[in-house]
Amino acid sequence: MASKFETPEVRKFPVIPKLENSATSHLSPFKSKEEFQSSLGYPGELVENWQEKAIDKMGDLLGKYRSLRVYLDSCIQCGACTDKCHYYQGTKDPNNMPVGRQNLMRGVYRRYFTLPGKYFPKLVGATDLTKEVLDDWYSYYHQCSQCRRCAVFCPIGIDTAEISMAAREVMDSIGVGQKYCNEIIGKVHKIGNNLGLPEPALADTLEGLEEDVLDDTEVDVKFPLDVKDSEVLLVTPSADFFAEPHVDGLIGYAKVFHQAGISWTLSSHASEAANFGMFIGSYDNMKKLAMRIREAALELNVKRIVFGECGHAWRVAYSFLNTLAGPFDFLDPRYPVPQHICEITNGLIDQNVLHFDKSANDDMTLTYHDSCNVARASSMGGIMGGQFTIPRKIIQTVANNFYDMDDETIREKTYCCGGGGGLLTDDLMELRVKGALPRMEALKHLIEEKGVTHMAAICAICKSQFSKVFQYYDLELDQIVSLHQLVSNALIMNKKEV
Amino acid sequence: MSFVTILYAALFYFAATILFVGLAYRVYEYAKIPAPLKIPTPPAPMTQRGVAIRIFREVVFFESLFSATKWTWLFSWIFHLALLLAALRHLKYFTDPVWFWVSSELVQVAGHYAAYLMLAGLLGLFARRVFVDRVRYISSPSDYLILVLIIAIAGSGLMMKWFPSDILAIKLFFVGLLTFNFSELPSDAVLLIHLSLVIALMIIFPYSKLLHAPGLFFSPTRNQVDNARSKRHVADWAKRMESTK
Repeated sequence: MASKFETPEVRKFPVIPKLENSATSHLSPFKSKEEFQSSLGYPGELVENWQEKAIDKMGDLLGKYRSLRVYLDSCIQCGACTDKCHYYQGTKDPNNMPVGRQNLMRGVYRRYFTLPGKYFPKLVGATDLTKEVLDDWYSYYHQCSQCRRCAVFCPIGIDTAEISMAAREVMDSIGVGQKYCNEIIGKVHKIGNNLGLPEPALADTLEGLEEDVLDDTEVDVKFPLDVKDSEVLLVTPSADFFAEPHVDGLIGYAKVFHQAGISWTLSSHASEAANFGMFIGSYDNMKKLAMRIREAALELNVKRIVFGECGHAWRVAYSFLNTLAGPFDFLDPRYPVPQHICEITNGLIDQNVLHFDKSANDDMTLTYHDSCNVARASSMGGIMGGQFTIPRKIIQTVANNFYDMDDETIREKTYCCGGGGGLLTDDLMELRVKGALPRMEALKHLIEEKGVTHMAAICAICKSQFSKVFQYYDLELDQIVSLHQLVSNALIMNKKEV
Repeated sequence: MSFVTILYAALFYFAATILFVGLAYRVYEYAKIPAPLKIPTPPAPMTQRGVAIRIFREVVFFESLFSATKWTWLFSWIFHLALLLAALRHLKYFTDPVWFWVSSELVQVAGHYAAYLMLAGLLGLFARRVFVDRVRYISSPSDYLILVLIIAIAGSGLMMKWFPSDILAIKLFFVGLLTFNFSELPSDAVLLIHLSLVIALMIIFPYSKLLHAPGLFFSPTRNQVDNARSKRHVADWAKRMESTK
């Protein structure tokens, strides 16, 4: 493990960096252990005939995922994606160019699954699946945050995330798993959330929050847990229960529900919105995790499911939940399943139910970071681009000072925070700091030009990542805020009920 | 029948079989493999009509590429446009009587100048591959060779302006292939080089990255409707994992 590394220089005018071969080949996350692997149904260590098994698994996935097959066949090697990845910009490693990363698998695909690769491997860049290639896979498929920025620019729509997910699934199947993701998934299977926070601890935490909010606002805002027959089941990332600034967002959701008079509950069975099954490309694990939400909704007899602020969780919720755990015909058909907390707040703003004192946020000049999974893998409000307009509209409703970052770095062209896709682990800190570069550059320009002081986000991973890497870029960790923290600050509460 | 005529007739039948059967088989494979999850990228259309418009814009204008890199877009768009114009001009060799719009001066003149455009676009793409370090890094020999092959096809086609063959005889040869009413192919060197290269291109098509042509239509990030919440989408292999709950 590299103990020391340099934070990339923040450039006034970013240019495409020159290649530096193997610049981050030394970066690999800790490998998973037997106990974490087996609880997910994977072998504990590299199996004996791993090469054969891996090729078999690739064949299996090629028959199950059209994306994988079409994307391995269709790349023109045109280079349009080469400068689009934040990890390439921050590390200069050619294997962090999206096509470079894809080619690690494409070479193997060509060798074992195509005619030219079988007979003329050198000609078409086909490679045997050697131990060295496997090591490269492990290293570089864990330097992809599956943010899909490359897929937006590709003339064919090739999505590197599909390939890195498949690669991780192949590696897991031969016993080469990543500790961070697999340990966490095991905890959710067993306990219900990424933190392994059991029901009594969760209940205690929520009670503490109720006291805090009562002290602050003199309003008795509840944080219900496992309350049957509630209107709403709120599923939120477990980081919202304790981490800063996440918890301020959770307080915001609670205040919105309270003020609107919507009964809601959290579930100790489904106390996690995150679904790391997606990061490792495992449909099975993703489905098992998603089923907990269905089970909780049935058990608690709720009418709607609402998700808190979490990027990839919203991707799984918006795009996959109906597929994985549907049909949700037992819920109130008047509402989409599931809904995002921003859709709830936005709807209540439109109905004039919520009222705000915008000046409560006057100590901040804000910008908004589009989280990659929200921006490029979901929507909101049932309108095209709702995932961009709704969060911005909420911020501008609750705060006076708002500016957007450079157009090339927001909306569908947004940059990943650098910690998504199962990379939010300390053993990848160098990668996380370097991968944050494009976002940091855009933010720092706005700080200089407009005097922006804070950046809001609606993703637990983004918030954790920024509060960690800000210090490397001479920013303060509290300069990242939850969107519903802003809502919470400005929301005018009725105090008479106390 | 001369040996050259028999050889090229056989080669064209062989190449056409590889091209059409190979492509049809690829399309069959792509269509058969399910896309188990909804993964459209923004701006994701919410209707099937919206998807059709999106694909149209990608195919005709290379919209995503335009937003990615202007030079690559310029060179490749020019090349593909020229390819289309040249193909239309060449329809006169396969239709009898020639369709009226193919024989129009517009199509024939545009098809001729397309050769220059095509060369310009291809040379630009080649230069990019050689001079941009990122593109050089990802290029394998086949990436250069395919460009060289198409440059040679355009070049040899253009050369026929100065080394003309009997156009009517060429046409009779190709119409003969289509109607099994065989006719002699002129054995002029430049013509035979041009045709040999085209045969090579036809053969490699279903085995190479030229599959990006059908691939675009099967790309889930581009061809899916953004309606996951309102319409349940489950692949056949995933249905087997459904519990009865």
